[in-house]
Amino acid sequence: MSDKKGLVLSPAQAKARRARSIAIGLALAALVAIFYFATIAKFGPAIFERAL
Amino acid sequence: MAIVDNHISASEAGVRLSEATPGDYFALLKPRVMSLVIFTAMVGLVAAPGTLNPFIALVAILAIAVGAGASGALNMWYDADIDLVMSRTADRPVPSGRIAAGEALVFGLVLSAFSVMTLGVIVNWVAAGLLAFTIFFYAVVYTMWLKRWTPQNIVIGGAAGAFPPMIGWAAATGSVSLESVILFLIIFLWTPPHFWALALFKSGDYERAGVPMLPNVAGAAATRRQILAYSLLIAPVGAAPWALGFASAAYGVLAVALGAGFAWHAWRVFAMADDDRAMKPAKALFAYSIVYLFAIFAAFLIDTVAGRIAGFGG
Repeated sequence: MSDKKGLVLSPAQAKARRARSIAIGLALAALVAIFYFATIAKFGPAIFERAL
Repeated sequence: MAIVDNHISASEAGVRLSEATPGDYFALLKPRVMSLVIFTAMVGLVAAPGTLNPFIALVAILAIAVGAGASGALNMWYDADIDLVMSRTADRPVPSGRIAAGEALVFGLVLSAFSVMTLGVIVNWVAAGLLAFTIFFYAVVYTMWLKRWTPQNIVIGGAAGAFPPMIGWAAATGSVSLESVILFLIIFLWTPPHFWALALFKSGDYERAGVPMLPNVAGAAATRRQILAYSLLIAPVGAAPWALGFASAAYGVLAVALGAGFAWHAWRVFAMADDDRAMKPAKALFAYSIVYLFAIFAAFLIDTVAGRIAGFGG
């Protein structure tokens, strides 16, 4: 016997939620890539030239 | 011992769980409007003097596109009530119930913040400031204020759609110049005849929704006159880049020809009979106006790039 209480997603709701989660993940990964490559593009090798 | 199922479905519990797909959220961004924004911003960015790292340029265009999409989402959040009663917009994600209004609002706000900050941090703050102003102008000044208040809504509100080439230019140069103001003016003057042509053959829609578009308020005859007046201004403004010396004569000739085509279509709308229900001239002007804007910006882009190549060659 299970005493857990909770909502059960319909197949359509579960499928839509999974698709939204994947889309958010891809958008975040794209944002990370954009800032990483933009940093390299803006600073170039000078990113390593800093006073210690 | 009896097995008790303590799990209940969302509908039984009275909880609304979303079935919205990523495609529904993408539709909130008004992709067709976004394609025009991307194109005109790209023309402004490429035509501007100076050089910009191609990756930074790509980020600039992406941020401008997302910012424009965010303002579209905010527009759909606020206008869900009138979108529901118009045949053209009834199937949008919010009025059709696929996305809750609050979700559209949060989505629009988050994307607005991300697009402006990304443009500011990676490109420059002049372009970011212009993008923020454009989002504010479209979502607040046009959508919340002008659209339901005055038949001149599209004249003033059209400025929001005219900013992207100026933002693209600012992304490349960090400033606003006469050239970018001319690009702004081309779209600014193009917007009223473009939307009024649509409003003529969709006037029933706007009337049901209570939106004071010019045909519903001032009548079809006055709308046809104003369409003609704006269309006659478009030809000289379209040719202004040549007249002011930052485009070639070839561009000037093409711009005048495209502008003359616009005026001819507007004249046919002006001469349309009052009892014309098919409104073919208005539909033809609406279709031509889309072709016109793409053509004149493409011509300006090609002319600028060709001029640069010729300059390097010479």
